[in-house]
Amino acid sequence: MEWEVVIGLEIHAQLATKSKIFSGSSTEYGADANTQANIYDLGLPGVLPVFNEEALRMAVKFGLAIDAEIGMKSVFDRKNYFYPDSPKGYQITQLHEPIVGMGHIDIDLGEGKSRRINVTRAHLEEDAGKSVHEGFDGQSGIDLNRCGTPLIEIVSEPELRSSKEASAYFRKMQSIVMYLGICDGDLSQGSMRCDCNVSLRPKGQEEFGTRTEIKNVNSFKNVERAIEVEIERQMDILEDGGSIKQETRLFDADKNETRSMRSKEVENDYRYFPDPDLLPVIIDEEYVEAIRATLPELPEQKKARFEAEHGLSAYNASVLAANREMADYFEAAAGISGDYKMTANWVMGDLSAALNKNEISINEIPVSAEQLGAILKNVKGNDISNDGAKEVFNAIWQGKGSDVDQLIDQLGLKQVSDTSAIEAVVAQVLADNPKLVEGYLNTPEDKRAKAIGPFIGATRKAAKGVNPQVVMEVLKQKLNELG
Amino acid sequence: MSLDTNQVLAIADLARLQIDEKSITDFQTNLSNVLDLVDQLQAVDTNGVEPMAHPMDAVQRLRADVVTEVNQREKFQKIAPSTADGHYLVPKVVE
Amino acid sequence: MHNKTLAQISQDLQAGEYSSVEVTQHFLDRIKNLDGQYNSFITVTDELALTQAKAADELRAAGNANEWTGVPMAHKDIFCTDGVRTSCGSKMLDKFIAPYDSTVADNFNKVGAVSLGKTNMDEFAMGSSSESSFYGAVKNPWSEEHVPGGSSGGSAAAVAARLAPGITATDTGGSIRQPASFCGVTGIKPTYGRVSRFGMISYASSLDQGGPIARTAEDAAMMLNVMAGFDKKDSTSIERDVPDYRADLNKSMKGMTIGLPKEYFSKDLDPVMAQTIQDAIKEYEKMGATLKEISLPNTNLCVPAYYVIAPSECSANLSRMDGVRFGHRCEDPKDIEDLFKRSRSEGFGDEVQRRIMLGSYALSAGFYDAYYKKAQQVRRLIKNDFVAAFNDVDVIMSPVAPSPAFKFGEKSKDPVSMYLEDIYTLSTNLAGLPGMSIPAGMINDLPVGLQLIGNYFDESRLLNCAHQFQNATDWHTKTPTGLK
Repeated sequence: MEWEVVIGLEIHAQLATKSKIFSGSSTEYGADANTQANIYDLGLPGVLPVFNEEALRMAVKFGLAIDAEIGMKSVFDRKNYFYPDSPKGYQITQLHEPIVGMGHIDIDLGEGKSRRINVTRAHLEEDAGKSVHEGFDGQSGIDLNRCGTPLIEIVSEPELRSSKEASAYFRKMQSIVMYLGICDGDLSQGSMRCDCNVSLRPKGQEEFGTRTEIKNVNSFKNVERAIEVEIERQMDILEDGGSIKQETRLFDADKNETRSMRSKEVENDYRYFPDPDLLPVIIDEEYVEAIRATLPELPEQKKARFEAEHGLSAYNASVLAANREMADYFEAAAGISGDYKMTANWVMGDLSAALNKNEISINEIPVSAEQLGAILKNVKGNDISNDGAKEVFNAIWQGKGSDVDQLIDQLGLKQVSDTSAIEAVVAQVLADNPKLVEGYLNTPEDKRAKAIGPFIGATRKAAKGVNPQVVMEVLKQKLNELG
Repeated sequence: MSLDTNQVLAIADLARLQIDEKSITDFQTNLSNVLDLVDQLQAVDTNGVEPMAHPMDAVQRLRADVVTEVNQREKFQKIAPSTADGHYLVPKVVE
Repeated sequence: MHNKTLAQISQDLQAGEYSSVEVTQHFLDRIKNLDGQYNSFITVTDELALTQAKAADELRAAGNANEWTGVPMAHKDIFCTDGVRTSCGSKMLDKFIAPYDSTVADNFNKVGAVSLGKTNMDEFAMGSSSESSFYGAVKNPWSEEHVPGGSSGGSAAAVAARLAPGITATDTGGSIRQPASFCGVTGIKPTYGRVSRFGMISYASSLDQGGPIARTAEDAAMMLNVMAGFDKKDSTSIERDVPDYRADLNKSMKGMTIGLPKEYFSKDLDPVMAQTIQDAIKEYEKMGATLKEISLPNTNLCVPAYYVIAPSECSANLSRMDGVRFGHRCEDPKDIEDLFKRSRSEGFGDEVQRRIMLGSYALSAGFYDAYYKKAQQVRRLIKNDFVAAFNDVDVIMSPVAPSPAFKFGEKSKDPVSMYLEDIYTLSTNLAGLPGMSIPAGMINDLPVGLQLIGNYFDESRLLNCAHQFQNATDWHTKTPTGLK
C-alpha cells in the first residue's frame, strides 16, 4: 500500500526575557543548580504568580510575524500533573484562549521552492526544571533553575508531509524567532525544542491515522532522523496488519530508534482549569499596533527584496535571508563591493565554508563586512584576482593584518591589467616559443581555445600578477594576427 | 451520583493519594454524598453567563521584566527532605 | 491587662502605662498557663516576641513609636512567617520553616507589632470546627464540649480566652465569621482582593481572603488598617486606596437601610436562632435604621457551587505538597510515584484528602464544563443577586450559622452536614463581598453572632454598623464562664 505521511510539530521556544514569566528570578542559562530557583520557582506554599510584560510583548510580536490572529483576551490555565521537575504539580499554560491564534509561515524546500504551512496557535507557558540522572548514587537530582522560564509553544497544523518538510519548518521558525529577537534559537542549550507528531494514512484517505508524539527532539538533523525511523517503524507495523498505539516516544540518537516513554504512560488527564491566581490578560488594538511598528523586516520579505533589488536567485536569496546576521553582513559587504551577486556567492561559498570549518557563527567572524566589501571591490575593479581575494581574506582571518589595501600590497597581489605592458610580455613569450606558436596555428579553429592554455601559463610565469583575463585577450589577438 | 470503588481508586491515583483498603468505603460514601449535593447545579440555566474569574472582573496586571531575586539556595534547601550538590534528590526518575 | 482591647493597649503603651515587654510577657504567660486547656496556639514564639517587644520599647524611648509599636497580636498559622514554622495545621508542613514573610506578616512587622505566635486551625483551612488540625482540636473557651468553629478556630478561641487581643485569620467560606460567632468575638472578612494573599497558604485561591479577629469592631478596624492594601505580588489584589477604617466608626445609623434576605430567614431556620437575630436587628431599628425584606434567589446554590470551586482549586493548590522540596516525605520511597503517594497520604488528613479527591474528580476529563465552569457561572448569578439587592439597601444582615457552637464529633463524621454549617457565610465568598460577625446574643450559654454583609469595598460601613451595635449592647464584652 502507498502511505501518506502526516506530521505536525509542536515547537517550544524560550523567550529571551531577563526574568521568568511569573517571577523576578533570572533566566540566564548555565548557573549552578537551583541558584536561580526562588520561592516562586520552587512552588513554596503561599507564593503567587505575576505575569511578565515582556513575555506578553514577545508573544504578540511572534503572532504578528506569522500573520496570526492575536488573542485580545487570553487566559492562563493550570495543567495538572505530578513530576519532580514540576514544583507546583501543575504547569501554567494557555489551553482555550491562547495569546496567538491561527497564522502561517512559508517553508523553504530548496531550489527556491517554498510551501505555506498553517500554524494552529501559539501559547504562553512556563518551562519545567531538569532531572539529572547521573552522579547521585542511583537517585535523580532535580535542578529547578529552568522552572518558570517563559516559553511559547508553537503548534503547527498536521500539514507537513515529510521529514524534510518538518526540518524546513523547524528551521524557518528558528529563523523567525531569531529575527524577532524573542529567542536566541540555540538548540544545543534547549532554547528551542521540538515535539513531532507522526502518523501514516493510506494515500487518498481523508481520515488521519493514529499518531505518536516524539518528545523533545533537539536538532534539525535529529528531527529528520527521528521522523524517518518513526515512519519506518509505523509502516512496518501497518504493513503487517498491526495498529499504532497512541503514545509518547523518545528518540534515541545513538541507537537511531524511537522508544515508548514509560513516565508518560499514566499521564493522560491533565484536569485543566483557569488559574485562579491569575486573571484574564486583556490587550487592545493600540497595544498591538505599537508592537507591529517594531517588527523588523522578516526573512520572507527580505528574500523577496534580495531577489527584486539585488537580482539574486531565489535560492541564494532564501539562504541569505534565513539568518538575520548573515543577511545583514551580506548587505553591508555588498554595499561596499558594489556587486551583490558576487558578494552573495562569496558569502555563501568561501565565507560559509570558513565558518563551518572553524565552527563559529557569523557573529564571531574575524573578517568584518567592511573588510570583505573592500576585498571584493578590488576583485570587481580587476585589481586582484579571485584567488588573491581568498588570500587577503585568509590573511585577515588569521590576524595578519586588517587593512585590505595594505595586505594586497604586502602580499603582492596587485594584478597588472595595463594592456601595453602585457602586450610586451606576450610578444616576448611568443618569440621564445616558436614551436608552440606553430602547433597553435596548425590547430583547427574550434580546438584553439584549449591550445591557448600553455601560453597563459608561460605569460603568467614571465610576469607575476598579470590579470589572466587581459592576458587571454591579448594572446588571442596576437596569435590571430600571426595566423 | 455515586462512585464505585474503582472510580475512587482512579481519582486517588490521579491525585497521588494512597487510600488504604479500609478507608475506601468511607471515601466512596462521603464523595458520593457530596456529589449528590453539588449535582443540584446541573439544573441551573447558565446559558450565556460568563464564568466569574474575579468578583470585580479585574484583569491581569503586568510585572516589569526585571530580575529582583537573588540566590538563596542554602536557605531554601535547609527545609528540603533530601539534597546533594545543590540538587533536590528523589528516587531515580525513569523516562 | 489581658481584658483590655487592642485599642486600649495601644493607648496605654503610648501613655507609658506599661512597656511592650511587660504586656508581651503577660500574654506569653497566659498562653503558657492556659492554652493547655484550649490548644489555640500551634507555635508560641516567646523569644522572637520578646525581642520584638524590646525593640519596640527602644523605638518608643527614642520617640519613634506609632500606635502599633509594641502591640501584641498573633497570626493564624496559614500566614508564612520568615524563620518560623508555618504548618497550616497539617502534618505535611510540620517541619516547614517558612523562608519568607507573607505580605500580611510583613505589614505587621513594618508597623512594629509584636507577634506572640501562630494559632491553630483546621488542616489547610478546610473545616468548620477546628477538629481536623494535626495538632489536635481547639476547645471553645465557652464550653470545652463544644467546637470553636473553623477554620480559624484557634484565632477566635485565643481572642475569646484573652490570650491575645487580636489575631489574623482567613475566610474561604466562613472561616473568620463562624468561629467569631461561636466564640463571641468580632471578625471581618474583607472584599476579595482587599488583603494580599501573598504568603497566605492557598486553600481556594478565588475565595480565600485574610481578615482580623478581635474583640471589638474598633480593634478589627485597627487591624484591617494594617492588613488591607494593594500588593503587586498578588495578581488578584485590587489597586485601590485604603481608607482609615476607624474614620467612620461613629457615624449614625439614622437613614440606613438594612436588607433581610428572606431566603436566610426561611422556616428552616431554628426559631430560637431567628429570634436572637431579630432581637439584635431591632437594636438597629432603635438606632434609626430601617429594615427591608430582600431576596437572594440563588441562595440554595451557594453550597453546591462552593463545594465544586473550593475542592477543585484546592486539589491543584495542594499538589505542590509532594515531598520533594519541603514538607513531609515518607520513609524509604521505592520510586517517585511511591514518594508522591505515601508522602501525601501520610501528610494529609482525611478531610483534606477528601476535598482533593472531590476536586480532582470535578476537574477530570469531561467534567470541567459540568462542574467548575458551571459553578463559576452560578457564582455570577449569586453575585448578581447581591448587586441587585445593594441597589435598595446599605447593608444585609443575617445569622452567621444555623446554630451556636456544636459539640465535638457531632458533624465531623458526616461531611455534608459539616458543609451545610456554612450555608449563610459562603455567599459572600462566592460574590467576593465583605462580611462580618459580631457577638449579638446567647443561646444555651453559648454566644451567637450576627452577620453583616456589605457592598464591595464597604468595610468601613460594616465596621461602623458593628461599632454602633457594640456601643448600644454589651454582648461583645461577655467573658467565657470561668475564664481566668
